[in-house]
Amino acid sequence: MQELDIDVNALIDKMTAELKPLLKKHPGAKMIGIRTGGEWIAQSLHQQLELTDELGVIDISFYRDDFSKIGLNPTIKPSHIPWDVEDQHLILVDDVLFTGRTIRSALNEIFDFGRPASVTLVTLLDRKGCRELPLQADIVGMPLKCEQTLKLTGPEPLKVMISEPAEVSA
Amino acid sequence: MKARLTAPNIQLNEQGKLKHLLTLEGLKQQHLLEILDTAESFIDPNSNKIKKVPLLRGKSIMNLFFEPSTRTRTTFEIAEKRLSADIESLDIQTSATKKGESLLDTLWNLQAMQADMFVIRHAESGAAHFFAQHVAPHVHVLNAGDGQHAHPTQALLDMFTIRKKKGDIFDLKVAIIGDILHSRVVRSQIQALSILEAREIRVIGPKTLLPENPEALGVHVYHDIEEGLQDVDVVIMVRLQNERMKSALIPSEKEFFKRYGLTEKRLALAKPDAIVMHPGPINRGVEIDSAVADGAQSVILEQVTYGIAVRMAVMSIIMSNAAQLAQQQAEQQEREFNLESEAEVEGAR
Repeated sequence: MQELDIDVNALIDKMTAELKPLLKKHPGAKMIGIRTGGEWIAQSLHQQLELTDELGVIDISFYRDDFSKIGLNPTIKPSHIPWDVEDQHLILVDDVLFTGRTIRSALNEIFDFGRPASVTLVTLLDRKGCRELPLQADIVGMPLKCEQTLKLTGPEPLKVMISEPAEVSA
Repeated sequence: MKARLTAPNIQLNEQGKLKHLLTLEGLKQQHLLEILDTAESFIDPNSNKIKKVPLLRGKSIMNLFFEPSTRTRTTFEIAEKRLSADIESLDIQTSATKKGESLLDTLWNLQAMQADMFVIRHAESGAAHFFAQHVAPHVHVLNAGDGQHAHPTQALLDMFTIRKKKGDIFDLKVAIIGDILHSRVVRSQIQALSILEAREIRVIGPKTLLPENPEALGVHVYHDIEEGLQDVDVVIMVRLQNERMKSALIPSEKEFFKRYGLTEKRLALAKPDAIVMHPGPINRGVEIDSAVADGAQSVILEQVTYGIAVRMAVMSIIMSNAAQLAQQQAEQQEREFNLESEAEVEGAR
């Protein structure tokens, strides 16, 4: 198995730059991070972009579609969105986009708080080719192949280890 | 009706996790802490609001109240709705049992209506156990109060309130005052406080309203309220259960208030930051003075709100445990199937 170390800060810088035009268009845009990895990425972006509104954090555990299979996540914490979602332009941040199911859950939860004007999806990594729902990110730090697995650690320092699958022996 | 009162294991599944909630007796600290922690996750810490979540969508919960209730029934219904379950509440006092249907026939009929969970309040001790013994394996039973036996969700919401207001329970001295003898709430509270290792549990009341050997419960007994209130962190009042008294156990309500009613003067004997709790319904001027019930140290109405989150936690944990067990069993079956197929392949060679 091959391991790859990623410079997360460089990716955050790149994503920050790509988010700036959006903030020019919607200066009041607010940010939400998905617990836990997405929250870490969102904290970095929030700081770099110098957003004044507090960062929202959602725990999508109550909104997962596999409760009837795997039950409750034992480390669940309340979601916290400190402002009104109604008519806001939102930047939704997650660490990895994979099947799309987490984002589906997150969107459902956000809509239970209100009807946002728009949602822009930002993810640090995008494991392309394994999507199970028709959801794509607007801003991506780095694309990966579906087969590549990874481990994110944080929040200080933020690190990602990417593993290539061992070649399947014939 | 014959049902064993103390069959604590009937409420746990093969993995030792909650399948029903009938009593706190026999549960471990981790069971209680899981419920209290999960309840916490339903409450927004900033607004104290409890948001609706889609956790139990498609599940059917039936509330069977054979005995009247306002708070418990309503907070159960709210909790079920906040979990997005489909709910039915049956006022059984006015239904088929009146026409001579047996409890078991009622149960089987309701089960045939595809209930996943029953919430039961009954005047008979052991009613919830009886239901749990007879329901289909995939159906869960929650005791919402049975006779003088147990009221586990009330005790859990009380523990939640204490923890929210005062922090860790093992540091605290708790006094329970009033009709200890007839109260299922007190029985469950004492069990909960023992499991969570409260520093000291006191019960205060006249001999006629205490069980025969209260010390066996692991509590300190006081007949003098002023002595018993000294230095406590939590004061829990319970009402006189006139409907369960078979004879006159107190001279009069007025006399009871004179000797055991919680007044501001008496409350001053407890720690200055002590909280006052009451499971309701409160009888002003019988066990508690209005000035105390409405005073700054009273958390009586917060108990009601927290009751929603705690009941949500119990119901979602029970359904979650069932899901995890089913998943484990499915995986086990798959493994066995694979082993069998491998054995067959081996055999064919």
